Amino acid sequence: MRIDLTQYDPGVFYDETMAGKNRARSYSKELVKLFRKMDEDELSARQTAAELAIKEMGITFTVYSERKGTIDRNWPFDIVPRIIPKNEWDNIEAGLKQRVKALNLFINDLYNDQQIINDGIFPAEVLADSKNFREQCMGITPQHGIWAHVCGSDLVRDANGTVYVLEDNLRVPSGVSYMLENREVTKRIFPELFETYAPLPIDDYPAELHDMLASISPRKVKRPEVVVLTPGIYNSAYFEHAYLAHQMGAELVEGRDLFVDEDECVYMRTVAGQKKVDVIYRRIDDEFIDPEVFNKDSTLGVPGLMRAWKANNVALANAPGAGVADDKVVYAFVPDMIRYYLDEEPIIPNVPTYRCMYKDECKYVLANLDKLVVKPANESGGYGMMIGPKASKSERKTFAALIRKHPRNYIAQPTLGISTVPTIIGKTLEPRHVDLRPFILSGKHTSVTTGGLTRVAMRKGSLVVNSSQGGGSKDTWIVTDSRGS
Amino acid sequence: MLSRVAEAIYWAGRYIERAENTARLIRVNSHLMMDTPKGISPGWEPLISITGLGPEFEDNKNAPTERSVVKFLIGDIKNPNSIINSLGMARENCRTVREIIPRTAWQRLNKLYLFAKENVSSGLTQKGRDQYLDGIISGSQQLNGLFASVMYQDEAWHFLRIGRDIERAEMTTRILDVRTSDLLTDAEEQFEFRNLKSVQWISILKSLSAYSIYRRTVHVRVNRSHALEFLFHDAKFPRSIAHCFTSVEESIGMLANRDLPLKALRMVVHKLDKQNMEDLRQQELHDFIDELQIGIRQFHNVLEKQYFLSPFQNVSGE
Repeated sequence: MRIDLTQYDPGVFYDETMAGKNRARSYSKELVKLFRKMDEDELSARQTAAELAIKEMGITFTVYSERKGTIDRNWPFDIVPRIIPKNEWDNIEAGLKQRVKALNLFINDLYNDQQIINDGIFPAEVLADSKNFREQCMGITPQHGIWAHVCGSDLVRDANGTVYVLEDNLRVPSGVSYMLENREVTKRIFPELFETYAPLPIDDYPAELHDMLASISPRKVKRPEVVVLTPGIYNSAYFEHAYLAHQMGAELVEGRDLFVDEDECVYMRTVAGQKKVDVIYRRIDDEFIDPEVFNKDSTLGVPGLMRAWKANNVALANAPGAGVADDKVVYAFVPDMIRYYLDEEPIIPNVPTYRCMYKDECKYVLANLDKLVVKPANESGGYGMMIGPKASKSERKTFAALIRKHPRNYIAQPTLGISTVPTIIGKTLEPRHVDLRPFILSGKHTSVTTGGLTRVAMRKGSLVVNSSQGGGSKDTWIVTDSRGS
Repeated sequence: MLSRVAEAIYWAGRYIERAENTARLIRVNSHLMMDTPKGISPGWEPLISITGLGPEFEDNKNAPTERSVVKFLIGDIKNPNSIINSLGMARENCRTVREIIPRTAWQRLNKLYLFAKENVSSGLTQKGRDQYLDGIISGSQQLNGLFASVMYQDEAWHFLRIGRDIERAEMTTRILDVRTSDLLTDAEEQFEFRNLKSVQWISILKSLSAYSIYRRTVHVRVNRSHALEFLFHDAKFPRSIAHCFTSVEESIGMLANRDLPLKALRMVVHKLDKQNMEDLRQQELHDFIDELQIGIRQFHNVLEKQYFLSPFQNVSGE
């Protein structure tokens, strides 16, 4: 049976591919044409082939379960690409650069003069209660004033087609290796589409990452020693750590491979003796990087690392303390930061956000819990949140109590009807909700991945896209619209 | 190369070889038991002392019967050197350095580990034991084949080879030690059970895959002193102790900061070279084996101190 798109119905949501039942958007015409010619069995055969390729290529992510310990799971991937026209993307890219520029200025300001607080734009009490503010970083300005060298910002599109920033991940955002591998798999599965579309290439990311990391080396040498610091094989993102190290030709190190010598420089232990390290792309959270300063029981980190960093003998990406802006209350202030530091209007809007720390906003949230999504300020991975319209009465009650107890810890946003993309369910295509995580690199220069990682909620109606909670992924194509639009 | 990576690869080499040789050890004892009259058979207890695992075995509170000893050596999870644990450790070590191990070798190791785990119960039966041990030995040899044919011969390869060959030398001494724990006196050795002895030496040669080469290169008739000379000193047989040492020396020669490890290795090589095997009585042979094992352990300690992470700091460069 041919694939039938006459029944494809995204409902009230914006669909990235289809403009209506059986009607493709201009830039999706060729893709939809291919599906129309395709047999249902062939579609599912290609999906199976993709899953086999993922298994063979060893693309995995690690999940932890109480019962079974750590398990490597094959990366979940849906073969139907998500397409974004280039003219739209150019605007998003400019918006992301603008945003990350302001965020870095903000972080640097917080750890130095705190001008933004003095000028009454950003409330001191938010900073006082910030979980990820690190006092130990006060007075420091890293190379180029950059703190968040790698930022993963999550974008969503509402029913009207407007793209919003949902959150900024400034600590150790992951997913970029899957973005790269998804493209590799799609090339195997849909070679014919690459002739009609020629999506812009993405595979220069490891080189961009390496250049950025090299650009923040305190030692000005031709080939600074860049390493990737991983918590080890049991971490959920270990695949990515190994992948990026391998792609950059950098050593993949664990904390015990490094030490800080009397000269306050960082060295790695090699069979040929100790070797100086210039830049550490660390994939370990702040709390664990240096037992001398943070969590004393951490065996993942390197004693003395903070001393070496403060003495400007080693660069850390991201810088310790960058997570201060990775706070959903701080997020609500980003548009103000853009105006304050750059004197520009935000190119990409924030999702309207109610801050429970303000009485009137809190009152609104408590009165409208059934319509809002409530999120804790400092969690990631979709944990600890409540989706109002789907929550039970008792869940709403629990959250009301939590909000009253710690208003600073919660924000609320309207439930967004986020956009959909055709996704293979069984043998046919159905709409499923997606988000998009582009990665922004900031060093001497700023660059943005061409597209990013599209995550898709595989369950019907679900809005949860996190792979730890059953989400899948898609290849993301930035294409030049043939009609120029 | 990172010290941690070198260490993981070295241990992977050792553990794979340890599993193979533990299988060989069980096999040689099984055959010896079949070839020895009941009254004078040493039984299975010597395997425990030979592997140096007395305390671990005693924890089990089992009498050293055939079944309890074989179970301990094959599948006891409390025995750190059981075949299952050795392969498990080899696998864990490789897992941390997967980028460096050839993909096919990683898959083969996984398969071998699963085979060892899933077939333990058949390995414990007298009927299924030989097949089980054969599966372990041939799996390990396939791994060595993969390493030899597809692995890039950089430092990682040398550390793998050092681990494998130092373990092989050590385990060969242990397999030979089975023979010295025999209850027979030297007098009996020489007269009464002469035929029987030659049959037993054949068993040992066979268990080290050395019998046909021995016949071709040494003599058709097997006798004690020639067999010992062959297994300790032969320069061309890959499981002889001398050959293992030569191979370790070659690989050490390819590394940076090699002076101290090389010196430690040469001390034990010197000990081996100057020993005349023909002169050794049973007790002396046992003592000599002890000496070699101590030398090997000292070499390992120097290697660890020079190149690995724990528990020492690196010794600074040359």
